[in-house]
Amino acid sequence: MRFMMMTTDNGPDDAPPDEKLQAEMGKFIEEMARAGVLLATGGLEPYGTRITSSSGKITVTDGPFAEAKEGVVGFALIEVRSREEAIELSKRFWSIVGDGTGVIKQVFGPEDPFPGQ
Amino acid sequence: MRGSAAHASIDAVWRLEAARIIAGLARMVHDIGLAEELAQDALVAALEQWPESGVPDNPGAWLMAVGKRRAIDRIRRERRFEHKLAEMGRDLETRPAAEFDVPDDEHIEDDVLRLIFTACHPVLSVQARVALTLRMLGGLTTEEIAHAFLVSEPTVAQRIVRAKRTLSEAGVPFEVPEGPGRAARLSSVLEVVYLIFNEGYAASGGGDWVRADLCQEALRLGRILAELAPGEPEVHGLAALMEIQASRTRARTGPSGEPVPLMEQDRGRWDRLLIRRGFAALLRAKAIGEPPGPYVLQAAIAACHAQAPTAEDTDWAQIASLYAVLASVAPSPVVELNRAVAVGMAHGPDKGLALADALVDEPSLRGYHLLPSVRGDLLARLGQLDEARTQFERAAELTRNAPERKILLERAASLRRPAQ
Repeated sequence: MRFMMMTTDNGPDDAPPDEKLQAEMGKFIEEMARAGVLLATGGLEPYGTRITSSSGKITVTDGPFAEAKEGVVGFALIEVRSREEAIELSKRFWSIVGDGTGVIKQVFGPEDPFPGQ
Repeated sequence: MRGSAAHASIDAVWRLEAARIIAGLARMVHDIGLAEELAQDALVAALEQWPESGVPDNPGAWLMAVGKRRAIDRIRRERRFEHKLAEMGRDLETRPAAEFDVPDDEHIEDDVLRLIFTACHPVLSVQARVALTLRMLGGLTTEEIAHAFLVSEPTVAQRIVRAKRTLSEAGVPFEVPEGPGRAARLSSVLEVVYLIFNEGYAASGGGDWVRADLCQEALRLGRILAELAPGEPEVHGLAALMEIQASRTRARTGPSGEPVPLMEQDRGRWDRLLIRRGFAALLRAKAIGEPPGPYVLQAAIAACHAQAPTAEDTDWAQIASLYAVLASVAPSPVVELNRAVAVGMAHGPDKGLALADALVDEPSLRGYHLLPSVRGDLLARLGQLDEARTQFERAAELTRNAPERKILLERAASLRRPAQ
């Protein structure tokens, strides 16, 4: 089963990432790769570009957005055997990172039928 | 914490950590069978304590600590016993306690690699290697292994017990072999992983999810190996081969479970992420710069298919020449049959048929439905419709897959000459 583990942010934060934390994260990512569970990972720019389609009109707006809340700031795409395994890995992640919020969502992969099928 | 929630956590932790814990303990006791028992003891302790006390912050470290303690008790007990036997005991009290090799986080990955090599030792039957590998590296229960391989639980339990005893009696060292023996030992490991993959891949057509899960187990093992033995091109070759084959999972069965041949698959349903991972693994294999082995070659063939946007774009000449190299590196009748298909596509059905015809008396292909099916296809393209029909009917008789039989019989029927 594939899961997208995402860390969300509660608002603009321009503080540079802590070096020690970066190193520990690097180690954790390496560990996940060595355990054969990590498919892809990455960090996301804080604001990005917003695209809205409404009644055939497409609007493109560049960030920052004053009202931005809970944007996704990083992700890891993993392949594990159960949701519980994803949760265990996520617990380990948060024990390194400290305070914060994340979301775990199953990603439908080649072995899963399309939802609704 | 509710008991069932704790159990689900323990199950997940065990699956994630079993290999590392068993490997670490094996470094201490030099016996993977004993190490597994000690790790199981730690698991039992977790099952007793965690539902009450809650799951510890670092559950893997907790399990390892309990396992280590049991290992040390065990070693001390045995030493005392040995000393009693020798009627000594004079220096027993003065011996430092921490003289055994204690696992640590830094070297645990090396221990995991040792564990893989030991569990896949050629002194064991292939079935025993598969069972041990799934149990020790995958953290699967005996019941799960039995279910996946369609055998009874006692059979698997027996296999595992015997395999552990065999390793102990043969004095197989807990190490990654170096030198001239290494290549053979590595191919024994790769054989086990690919066998697990194929067991799942062959079954996934039937919609049997437990067996299809074997593909995932094998992929995970392949990915672990690629991280732990990055200097081995064949390890990356196998990883690449499995990634690319797994990318087709969703496209290879039709709505009623019938197999969809590669050339007829909806390529839009192929998993691009797995294909990309497969290509990356293949590039890593090639970057090592050794002559390609069988897994690298098979992965290269799979990559040719993955690269073609449509079936018509397939570079058959390239595939035929890769099969020619494969046939010289790892000759087998099945490789030869696949080469016949590729040559038939690249250089004309008569050339392909010549290769396929040479296999007719091959004893290992007797009863293999793909031989008449391939010959039927080549004969049909040469306009020899009666012979082609006979071959498809023969293939239909031989296949054990009902939907496939139907397709073959339809092909045979379509080759009837119109009534004069």
